[in-house]
Amino acid sequence: MVKRSQWAAPYLVFMILFVVLPLLMILLYSFTDKDGAVTFANFVNFFSQKEAIHTFLYSIEIAVINTLLCLLLGYPAAYILSRRDLNRSAVTIILFIIPMWVNVLVRTLATVALFDFVHIPLGEGALIFGMVYNFLPFMIYPIYNTLNKMDNSYVEAAQDLGATPFQQFKNVVLPLSMPGITNGILMVFMPTISTFAISELLTMNKVKLFGTTIQENINNGMWNYGAALALIMLVIIGVTTLFSYNGKNNEDEGGLL
Amino acid sequence: MKKFLAQTYIWILLLMLYAPIIIIIVFSFTESKVLGNWTGFSTRLYENLFTSGAAEPNILQYGNVAIKVSSGVSNSLFKAIENTIIIALIASFISTMLGSVAAVGIFNLKGKKKKTMNFLNNIPMLNPDIITGISLFLLFVAVGVTQGYTSVIIAHITFCTPYVVLCVMPKLIQMNPNTYEAALDLGATPFQAFNKVIVPQIKGGMISGFILSFSLSIDDFAVTLFTKGNKGLETLSTYIYADARKGGLTPELRPLATIIFTVVLVLLAVINIYMVYNSKKQAQRKLKF
Repeated sequence: MVKRSQWAAPYLVFMILFVVLPLLMILLYSFTDKDGAVTFANFVNFFSQKEAIHTFLYSIEIAVINTLLCLLLGYPAAYILSRRDLNRSAVTIILFIIPMWVNVLVRTLATVALFDFVHIPLGEGALIFGMVYNFLPFMIYPIYNTLNKMDNSYVEAAQDLGATPFQQFKNVVLPLSMPGITNGILMVFMPTISTFAISELLTMNKVKLFGTTIQENINNGMWNYGAALALIMLVIIGVTTLFSYNGKNNEDEGGLL
Repeated sequence: MKKFLAQTYIWILLLMLYAPIIIIIVFSFTESKVLGNWTGFSTRLYENLFTSGAAEPNILQYGNVAIKVSSGVSNSLFKAIENTIIIALIASFISTMLGSVAAVGIFNLKGKKKKTMNFLNNIPMLNPDIITGISLFLLFVAVGVTQGYTSVIIAHITFCTPYVVLCVMPKLIQMNPNTYEAALDLGATPFQAFNKVIVPQIKGGMISGFILSFSLSIDDFAVTLFTKGNKGLETLSTYIYADARKGGLTPELRPLATIIFTVVLVLLAVINIYMVYNSKKQAQRKLKF
């Protein structure tokens, strides 16, 4: 008789074939050349090209700017939405979520249309606005969730003990909302760093991001080099995830008081 | 005053978020080829979207030139919509089956094995779609699989199934584990026991898993782009992408985007009103007792 624990077997096989193996393919391709010989040339190539490094750093810069802008704009919004005295209606938060259900490309093209309509030239500014537009909901929602679950008696206690509104915010609300902030940063930073179509459409391909470079290389048959770039991105994302998980754990402990 | 400022801030943000969508909707009601150029009210684009796909079925086979000459929407857009829906249906159906059975398996695993499965299950969710796409592309290339429908469906299953597992798991935790054993003791085969005992209890999770998979699949762009091959298979996202790259957006995409947006809006509104209504009812019940 088949044990129920063995029911996971088909999925395990599937995941080994189509999740683990493909990731190993990236590793394999990035350390070999066209004929399959082992080489580090792909990475040497990347680190010796000024343009490639520049694109890479520029993408990180854009991703950081985008994440910061989303945080600056999104935090107050999430805060207001979570406060019963400032926002009574539950509909407003849904209004922020709805755009996330519309296809990314349609949203981006709509942004391009908007810029055309008000005669804003496509370029770096448009890129940043478009990214903020696309990713802002992903920042607001996790922060809103944490703030919404927060026990308001902490704030009241701080108030009773004589904290000014600024102190209440800085010493009570902000630390308690940290898990939401980490989540939001993760949900905005990771997609921004790996995006490629959005930047292409918003800048008429004038500004190139790392994701676009990867896609172009793969498209042009430079699989080994493309795989090496993908591996570099994978490392960045792995590091970000680990970093944020550590941060989260610490916050959880801190949150227990 | 404070409340006024807060509300103003929220509505300015919302206006910013919705401005592009509103422009698309407004300009779906005019004929002009270029967006932003109002040439009078017309529902012509909507008519094109719904009629020409059926009216000129043969033109597609004579190549791209014929499509461009025809006045209406090219059949390729229709084909792309059809592909998107077929792929989403197949992928989310298989994902739901695979994920539900896997969830039962993982739920009954213990210790290290369970941890490993959960870790593997998390990978596709954490991976950016470009990495998922490239990794599968390299696999298909290395193995020599011709890319097309099958490769896209497999790719979609890989990133949909983890969400099904996540949807089904809470239902299993709520379930009484002895009912399955009881069914076996009473002579049911494992398949019968699964079908008659487990499925009814995890049905809710399976349905939400299916819906989630369907919407993920429809929405996907990057993974599809890398796994669709070069035999001309297009889904709606890749069609829009190719179209936008050529310079102009097909005007008929405006009414299409409007329709998609309206459907999403209505669906979400219904779901949310239903949920608010339900929670109010529950709150009232609690008050009574």
